[in-house]
Amino acid sequence: MLKDITLGQYFPGSSLAHRLDPRTKLMLTVLYIVILFCATSFVSYGLVAALLAVGVKVSGVAPKALVRGLKPILFIICFTAVLNLFYTPGDELASFWIFTITRQGVATAFFMVLRITMLIMGTFLLTYTTSPIALTDGLESLLGPLKKLKVPVHELAMIMSIALRFIPTLIEETDKIMSAQKARGADFESGSLLDRARALVPVLVPLFISAFRRADELAVAMECRCYHGGQGRTKLHVLRYQARDYLVLLAYAAVLAAVLVLGRFGL
Amino acid sequence: MSEIIKTEQLTFSYPPDEGKEPVQALHGIDLTIAQGAFVAVLGHNGSGKSTLAKHMNAVLLPGGGKVWVSGMDTSDEALLLEIRRRVGMVFQNPDNQIVANVVEEDVAFGPENLGVPTDEIQRRVAAALKAVGMEEFTLHAPHHLSGGQKQRIAIAGVIAMEPACIVMDESTAMLDPCGRREVLDTVKRLNREKGITIVLITHHMDEAAMADRVVVMDSGNVVMDGPPREILVRTEELHAIGLAAPHTVELLHGLREDGFDVPLDALGIQECAEAIARAL
Repeated sequence: MLKDITLGQYFPGSSLAHRLDPRTKLMLTVLYIVILFCATSFVSYGLVAALLAVGVKVSGVAPKALVRGLKPILFIICFTAVLNLFYTPGDELASFWIFTITRQGVATAFFMVLRITMLIMGTFLLTYTTSPIALTDGLESLLGPLKKLKVPVHELAMIMSIALRFIPTLIEETDKIMSAQKARGADFESGSLLDRARALVPVLVPLFISAFRRADELAVAMECRCYHGGQGRTKLHVLRYQARDYLVLLAYAAVLAAVLVLGRFGL
Repeated sequence: MSEIIKTEQLTFSYPPDEGKEPVQALHGIDLTIAQGAFVAVLGHNGSGKSTLAKHMNAVLLPGGGKVWVSGMDTSDEALLLEIRRRVGMVFQNPDNQIVANVVEEDVAFGPENLGVPTDEIQRRVAAALKAVGMEEFTLHAPHHLSGGQKQRIAIAGVIAMEPACIVMDESTAMLDPCGRREVLDTVKRLNREKGITIVLITHHMDEAAMADRVVVMDSGNVVMDGPPREILVRTEELHAIGLAAPHTVELLHGLREDGFDVPLDALGIQECAEAIARAL
């Protein structure tokens, strides 16, 4: 069950999407989100969907993996859909008891679901095609100017990359602990929500203790490999923008412009 | 031969739990390890072997006495990075010492910290991965590798710092027999071909038998020190401190007690078989 969580999982590869500069990809993701929130109509959503489809195609990531990534947030998607469906005022389509469904409600719900789904897929595309280290390198470099304001950019980037590195390890560990507890008769699948939450306590306690022990060992191992903060650190891969980075950025900017223009004409 | 690690009257106590007496883990250790040697440090749990290992690259600092790495005093903070560059450490749990999500990035972690120029890092990463026979995994994610492969990555991460010595702190304890063999073959080759000093902390006798020198520890003291052929055949003494001699030696020992004329120091399986065949 926990294996389904693919958040922060990187699929190594050498597609164009993999080879783009991580800074470009971060900017693209921000641009993509902006475009998504500017889109208001079928036509503009179609454009964004096309953009996403091209992105998926180019990255070589299996669409199945993207859909699987949606599973954990299925609840949020349904919740948003229902909320929008029933609570948007407008022209009544159907009504029973205290609920009314409006035409606007249906449209809003539809677009909301579309927006969240595409938002998640688009951002997953970033984490699927960018190694966490490249990602944090990119963030570190993009946020670099903040160092002048005494923001600990390197430290934050390091914390993030280690957190991402340990996600699969901790998931594996959680699975192991859950199996161990199940073998002793623990029941995680039945009972009320409260019962199930309570059943998780004997999983979380050992998980936390082990995470702290791991953190301790990792810190020693890092020190043994001469880690002493960001000062004087060099990189295996130095980030350099290539022509393709500028081209892709330009393409995204064009889509944004198109969506804005379309919005102007009410499309 | 020059010495890479030297301890003099080294003592150490862990900070005690509340209301308890401090436990002294090391009682005045004098040990010299020559450059290029392959030394196994044996001892059962709590014998102080890991504590000793952690003094070899200043993870722990001496409570009393001194430790020198290539003549550098480990308690001198200014020398810390240079000491850790020279003496790399590979730990027990492979998962807790891999920093990065891609093999090559993890191997590059040490040289990056040392401020090695980019093209030199790339050269070293390739060389280190080749040295441990993992070059085809350069772009893999470490959590998909086997335990033995992960440990070899950890070794590559150390080699990329171009150390003079690698301390293996029970690095094979969590591995299956296959993984252990991979790791041991790797360090043996590094020792032979590159002249890197290896300090192998272990409680496996057959691992100790591969070394040029065996140091046996018990309750914070060095109790035996010498070539494996001399140390590992002292069955009674080993038993007394909770260790077993290698299976081959135990077998030969048993045969000898039953009146067969066999030598005790045939450590290898092949060698042992031949010795028995001769006696028959």
